[in-house]
Amino acid sequence: MILARVVGTVVATRKDPRLEGKKLLILKPVSPEGKDEAGYVVAVDTVSAGYRERVLAVSGSSARMAEGCKDTPVDTAIIGIVDDVRLD
Amino acid sequence: MFLGRVIGCVWATAKNPSLEGLRFLLVQPVTPELKKTGKRLVCADSTGAGAGELVYWVRGREAGMPFLPKQVPADATIVGIVDEVQVKRPC
Repeated sequence: MILARVVGTVVATRKDPRLEGKKLLILKPVSPEGKDEAGYVVAVDTVSAGYRERVLAVSGSSARMAEGCKDTPVDTAIIGIVDDVRLD
Repeated sequence: MFLGRVIGCVWATAKNPSLEGLRFLLVQPVTPELKKTGKRLVCADSTGAGAGELVYWVRGREAGMPFLPKQVPADATIVGIVDEVQVKRPC
C-alpha cells in the first residue's frame, strides 16, 4: 500500500458500466513525513475521501478485493483515510 | 518475498470494511546485508511484528492470502519475523 494525498477528481461520463457510480480521484504519493513524491495515480474511492486528505491506496489485482470493487476493472483503490503516521 | 525493517505504523479509522481489525505498519525494505533499499511502504501485518523488527513481506495478490478466507484488499503484507539472516559471499 502507498500513502498518498487527494489532489483532484476525474469526471468520466463514458466508462465501463461496472464503474458506474464510482468516484475517481487523483492521488499524489507522499512520504511518511507528508512530503509530495513523484508521479500521480487515478484511484477509485471506497471510503468517501475528500480533497487534500491523506489516504492509503492499494494497487494491482488486490484493489479488486476491496468491498465495492469486486469484479470491476480497477487497479488502484483508496481503502483508508489516514489519521496519523508514527515513525519510530 | 522481501526483507524489511518495521519503522512505524499508520492509523486509519475510516477504512474499507474488509480491512477491519488489521494493523498497518511502515516498512523500509532492506538488502540481505540490512542496508536500506527502495522506497518505504505500508504493509498489512499478519504476524504481530513491532517497531524496529526485521521482517519479510510479500507483495501482489498473495498479500491477501494470510487472511483467507477473508478477502482482504492488501497488496503488501508482513508474513514473518526474521530471526537471523546468513549471507555467504565469495571472498
